[in-house]
Formats: sequence, C-alpha cells, structure tokens
Amino acid sequence: MSPRKGSQGRAKVVVEFEGVNKWFGDFHVLKDINLRVRERDRVVICGPSGSGKSTLIRCINRLEEHQEGRIVVDGHEIGNDPKSVAAVRREVGMVFQQFNLFPHLTVLENCMLGPTKVRGLSKAEARDRAMQYLARVRIPEQADKYPGQLSGGQQQRVAIARSLCMQPRIMLFDEPTSALDPEMIKEVLDVMADLAQSGMTMLVVTHEMGFARTVADEMVFMDEGSIVESAPPERFFTNPENDRSKLFLSQILSH
Amino acid sequence: MASHRKRLRLNWIDCTVFAVLIAATAYVGYRVGSVLEYRWDWSGIWDYLYRWDEDQQRWVANLLMQGLYTTLRLAVWGIALAAIVGVVFGIMRTWRRLFPRMLSRAYVELVRNIPPLVFVFIFYFFISSQVMPLLGVEEYIRDASPGTLAWLEVLFGPPNLIPNVISGVLCLAMLEGAYVTEIVRAGIQSVPKTQVEAGFSVGLSRWQLMQHVILPQAVQRVVPPLAGQFITLVKDSSIVSLISVQELTYLAVETAVSTSRIFEVWIIVAALYFGVCFSCAVLFNRLEKRMAVRGQ
Ligand SMILES: Nc1ncnc2c1ncn2[C@@H]1O[C@H](COP(=O)(O)OP(=O)(O)OP(=O)(O)O)[C@@H](O)[C@H]1O
Ligand SMILES: [Mg+2]
Repeated sequence: MSPRKGSQGRAKVVVEFEGVNKWFGDFHVLKDINLRVRERDRVVICGPSGSGKSTLIRCINRLEEHQEGRIVVDGHEIGNDPKSVAAVRREVGMVFQQFNLFPHLTVLENCMLGPTKVRGLSKAEARDRAMQYLARVRIPEQADKYPGQLSGGQQQRVAIARSLCMQPRIMLFDEPTSALDPEMIKEVLDVMADLAQSGMTMLVVTHEMGFARTVADEMVFMDEGSIVESAPPERFFTNPENDRSKLFLSQILSH
Repeated sequence: MASHRKRLRLNWIDCTVFAVLIAATAYVGYRVGSVLEYRWDWSGIWDYLYRWDEDQQRWVANLLMQGLYTTLRLAVWGIALAAIVGVVFGIMRTWRRLFPRMLSRAYVELVRNIPPLVFVFIFYFFISSQVMPLLGVEEYIRDASPGTLAWLEVLFGPPNLIPNVISGVLCLAMLEGAYVTEIVRAGIQSVPKTQVEAGFSVGLSRWQLMQHVILPQAVQRVVPPLAGQFITLVKDSSIVSLISVQELTYLAVETAVSTSRIFEVWIIVAALYFGVCFSCAVLFNRLEKRMAVRGQ
C-alpha cells in the first residue's frame, strides 16, 4: 500500500485479505476483497450503510466466517483451525458500536477478565494493568462502578481499555461513536487519536471524517460488498477517483 | 435507611372480604360436622407432631415431624441435585454440537410428556434395581463408623431409611431437573449474542465464556422462575410417598388412617407444607432483591 507518513521502510504485513468472498445465504456480502494492513497502519473504512464494512472487519477475528479466499492475521491463517482463531483473538482487540461491556462485572472486572483467564496474569498484575489502561482512557475513578452506571462515552472508553488490557497488536473499531450523543463523541475520538499516536495498528469503521482525515494513513471506501477505492486521505478527500466515492463524500461532508 | 414502607390499612372492602372468608370457613366446618357427621377432635392429634418419651425423658419428633424432616431433606438434596442436573442439561441444550443437544432435548420432552406419577414409578424401578446397587449405599452404611453415621443421620435421616431417602431424592431431582433445564436454557438464550462476541474478542474460549459471562447473567435472569420451580419441588416431593419414601405425605396417610382424625391430620399437614413453601418464597424474594441491587 501507500508509503507511510513517517516512511520508516516497509513494515510487516499484519492483516492480509486475498480474494475473500462471503455470502449470507444467497446474499453476496463481500466480493473479492483484497486488503493489506501493515504494522502501525491506521486504516479507516467508510461507505454507505449495508456495504459490508462491519462484516469485513468481523472476519478478521472470525466473528464472521468467510467462504472463499485467504485471511492471514499476524501470521495465522483464519480458517477452521480453532488454535489459530484463538491465537488471533488474543492478539486482536475489538470495540463495538454498542460497547458490549459485561453488565454483571464492574469496570475493573471487565478489564481483568481477559488478562486473568486468557493471558494467565495474577489478579494483582491484572488489576495494575487495568488501572493503568483505565487511567489512559481517563476514567480510573470509575473502576468500581458497574457499566450500567456510566454514560455512553464512559462505557465506550471502558470498552477500549478492556481491549487494551489484552495488549493486542491490532485494534478493530466498528463505528465506535455511532451510538453516542454528540457531546461524548469527542472524548472517545480523543482516546482513539492517542492510541493511534502510540503506534497501534488500527482498522476503524467510522463516519467521522474529521477523525479520518487527521488520523488515517489509508482510506478504504466500500460499496455493495466491494472495496471501490483505497487511497491516502489527502487524495481521497480532495480528489477521489471513483464516482461512488465522490457521491458518498459529497453526501457525508455536506452536513 | 430511608425505606418507605406502605402503611397497612384496611378499608371497608378488605373488611367485607375478611368477613366473607371467615363466614365461608365456618360454614364449611359446620357442613363437615353436620353432613358428614364428622366430629372434630383436635385433642390427641398434637402428639403426632411431638410426643413425650418416657424412657429418654424428653420430647421427640413423632410421625408427622419425622415426615416433615424427611420432606425437608428431600427438598434440600432434591433442589441441589435438580440444580446440577438443570445446569448441565441446560448448557447441553445450547451447545453447538448436535448430540448433547438431542440428548438434553429427549430428556426434557420425556419428563414433560409423562405424568409425574408414571415417571416416578418407572424411574424408581430403574433406581432400585440399577442405581442403588451401583452406588453401594447399603454396604457403605453397614460399614460406616459411628461418627460417620451420626453425620449421615443429620444429612439424610435415620440410617435404615437412607437408601429410601436417596431413591426419593434421585426421582425428584430427575423429575424437576427437566423443568430446571428449560429454565436454564431460556436464561442462557436470553443473554444477547453481543455478549458472546465481546467475550470472544477478549480471547475467551467457549467454556470460559459460558462460565464467566453467560451463566452469571443467565442465573440473574432466572432467579424468579427458579424459585417458583424449587417451591414446586417441595410440594411435588409428596409424590415419592408412592414409592414408600417416608416423608410427610406418606406418614400423614398412616397417621390419618390409624387415628381416623382425617381432616385434622390433613389440615396440620397442609399447614406444615404451607409454612415451608411460604418461607422459601419469602427467602427467594429477598435474594432476588439483593441480586437486583447488586446488578445495577
Ligand atoms: N447475519 C446476517 N445474516 C444475513 N444478512 C446479514 C447478516 N449480517 C449482515 N447482513 C447483511 O449484510 C449486509 C452488510 O452488512 P454490514 O453490517 O457488514 O454492513 P455495514 O457496512 O457495516 O453497514 P452499517 O453502516 O449499517 O453498519 C447488509 O445488507 C446486512 O443486511
Ligand atoms: Mg456496521
């Protein structure tokens, strides 16, 4: 893909799609997807509703199964081998539109579950780590509350911290701010921008074009199950090649 | 604690209802006395709860209380076992492999579509001929030290009746376990799919997911129906009187026959069952409120 902003040579490819096809019954939802994401890349995926953005990133940690083609994540080919799926899920964090925190656990316990059960950390280590990441998303004081007691923006930041506690190599975001009130969107985007700054490899589905413009180093535009255009943001926003990208941008930037 | 308790206040409707109820009860009592020519006699009946033992010089439980204790033991062990059966089969019912799902489904449908009595008769035959020899309960009791026996007596009642009680517990647990299975399944399936995805995305295995994410939330949701089912179990425990488990109903029949104080005995027995079930209901209600507070 494109040369990086900092251009420190060619980084390792950590996510690779090769001729991936997927159907929901008769519905062809992903059509011949080819995509490469290198270490420290920040890829923003956009496109109209129903174009397959969520399905695409959910294939990366096998929340969805693809039927054709190859997906290789961090050296593991995603397929029917449960070991490689488990290995990938350990290394890939995911943040959902609806937060999906565990409502029966406190914020702290939400953050400790993965590290203690999957990474085998002791309670004390996991607690330290959780507090460290909760501080990083700026809500250490909410550690002992239950998710239901927090605002949407706070919940989403906890969800980010929960993923980070696994110390993943790749983070996936599926419209992380779409369920939030406008005044809370910024607090979440700020946390994500910080994360990008720290060098995390990120794939982000979002309609926040301001965020995309400043943070992304690759824009991927999807329509009807295909990747229609992929380009660095400066080119994508000022001079899109594809007519459908143009139409999409004019619609989304007009308000 | 600034809890607002509703003041208990009777208005005229309540008073009328009470008056009608008392009148109706009195009328029934009167009819029983006159039409059936039944002579109420409550005098000697209380001895069947506790009697004075001349040899030991103390009050000891007589038939009805012995029966109540056995019923309570049946209930406690029955609930524990039915819960285990229900959780195991309930998880199997939602497992993605076909075989466990089918097995669990077959069990539930079998129990739900046979009258409990018939199930108990058939299952008892199976238990007494197959399971009990396999468990080796009788040998175990025969060889047990006095210390162990004392413990066993607290847990299961008089040693000579232990095999009898265990049969009853197994029957009850298998019977009620089917209903608990359905409740657990409904609870598991009521946890949104998104929780599964969240669990997977932090790397949990299916089993860890079940243990730490799904089951705790499922249990929270099924406390009310489970409580109802457990109270049903206490009441249903009278069914095992038919396989000669000497619990409250079984001994009540004996007492009623031998004293011919039929109504008195059954009214006392009804009151005992009511006391146990109602206390359970109150207890579960408290538990539910506590969990609700913690959950939010
Ligand atoms: N489990 C499913 N079964 C059948 N069809 C599905 C399923 N999940 C998604 N789809 C369909 O696949 C298409 C792509 O869905 P997807 O969620 O990937 O779109 P999206 O680009 O994320 O859209 P949005 O912006 O609305 O989130 C949609 O038309 C959707 O209706
Ligand atoms: Mg989507």
